[in-house]
Amino acid sequence: MSTGALLEIKDVHKSFGPKQVLKGVNLDVAPGKSLVVLGGSGSGKSVMLKNALGLMTPDKGQIIFNGEDVTHDQGKTREQMRARIGMLFQSAALFDSLTVWENIAFRLLNSDRMKRKEAKERAIATLKQVRLGSDVADLTPAEISGGMQKRVGLARAIVSKPELIFFDEPTTGLDPITADAINDLIVEQTKALGAAAVSITHDMASARKIADEIAMLFEGVIIWRGPASEIDNSGNAHVDQFVHGRADGPIQPAL
Amino acid sequence: MSNASTKRKGGFPNPLQWLGAATLGMLGEIGRLSIFTGKTMGAAFTPRWYGAQIVRQMIAIGFYSLPVVGLSAVFIGAALALNIYSGGSRFGAEQFVPNIVVLGITRELGVTITGLMLAGRVSAGIAAEIGAMRVTEQIDALKTLSANPFRYLYAPRFLAGILTLPLLVLIADIIGVMGGWAVSTLGLGFDSTTYLRNTLDFLTWQDVTVGLIKAVVFGAVIAVMGCYHGDKSSAGATGVGRAATFAMVGAAVLILAFNYLISTLLVDFGS
Repeated sequence: MSTGALLEIKDVHKSFGPKQVLKGVNLDVAPGKSLVVLGGSGSGKSVMLKNALGLMTPDKGQIIFNGEDVTHDQGKTREQMRARIGMLFQSAALFDSLTVWENIAFRLLNSDRMKRKEAKERAIATLKQVRLGSDVADLTPAEISGGMQKRVGLARAIVSKPELIFFDEPTTGLDPITADAINDLIVEQTKALGAAAVSITHDMASARKIADEIAMLFEGVIIWRGPASEIDNSGNAHVDQFVHGRADGPIQPAL
Repeated sequence: MSNASTKRKGGFPNPLQWLGAATLGMLGEIGRLSIFTGKTMGAAFTPRWYGAQIVRQMIAIGFYSLPVVGLSAVFIGAALALNIYSGGSRFGAEQFVPNIVVLGITRELGVTITGLMLAGRVSAGIAAEIGAMRVTEQIDALKTLSANPFRYLYAPRFLAGILTLPLLVLIADIIGVMGGWAVSTLGLGFDSTTYLRNTLDFLTWQDVTVGLIKAVVFGAVIAVMGCYHGDKSSAGATGVGRAATFAMVGAAVLILAFNYLISTLLVDFGS
């Protein structure tokens, strides 16, 4: 049954040994919309994202992409899903042994079997979209800065024009100016593609900038969800404490 | 079973519980390694193959191992000739130095030394590289880009291992024999032509074949142990370091075990 959502996460549970990380997460994102999931360190944001991507399998619950249940499918349906998604990893996760352009064109070369010349041209065009020049195309990831690596990771995520893009802590480890530039690029590129976006972060500045909607994950469940414009008037003590970054409140610091 | 449950009140482990937990742990590890090996072989022997990755790994595993293999082989051949001469002289068998050197090198030492050297150089290197990829999320990134790590990462290393080890062993055999020849002719008074003629007359193709069969198996062991331990590497520098250590030690032990097994199976081959 289709609800119009591009991605649905339904009652997802995930445990590691005795530690129950996700206790019934429910989320969905509509085509073209940007959802940001907030949560403190160790709240299960990354685990939720990995379950959605099929990098982990939920103990219970469903992952539905475009109306199809892909929870336990590691075959064609999951591959078809992955061909329509992009992912920007927290550390960018660029392949050390490949050049910048080969990283960006990885899917084009290996999955779409595009010719190298054509793939390189496309990679360089995508580099320009993330405000990087063609001079970095032949460098390796080790030869560029952290902020540039994030841009290359973003270029890799958008090069195949995905319908859904995941962002895992996109601004972590960057200075405020570079972080803001990355946020601008995320907004600009997702809007240009008309793609849906699911981002996880604990950076409030980033959340305010890139989100249409914000959800808060706490102790393995979504405790609040609403439009980004209402985050300051959520009426939820956990959300208020998180938004204002106070040590005192219902959320205990992860020390 | 947790460690805590294997301890008695005084803090000393219950030997039976400890033995049971260790046995279960070992069986689990064998099972996981077997499944991983099966998946790697499945990916290696069915399309799709990543040609550029296979060539890159053949260069990394084969070509860059030539110096260490060559140096090891020449010293082993030289030492073998000296020891056979010294031992053989006790009962007047010095003249058998060329025969025993070539037999020992081709059937046993050339391939075993090459395997052990590559367990250190290659298996640990693969484990460290894959482990670093695991902890920096590069393997997750591969999956999200629709690439299967077994096809893109592990199968090329497996194929490179089983293809290059026999070539390296052939080179080690030649260099090892020449090491024995050099010591024998320069230091022990053997005539060069006679030494080489004795070597070639005594050598059979079966002797070389036994070494090459072992080389294929050792190549598989080196690649699989590196990939397996790298793939299950835990986070951080410690995790990657442990993966490299486990890969090297595991590959070395398995090489010696398979060496004995294959020698037992092929003991009559060519005799």
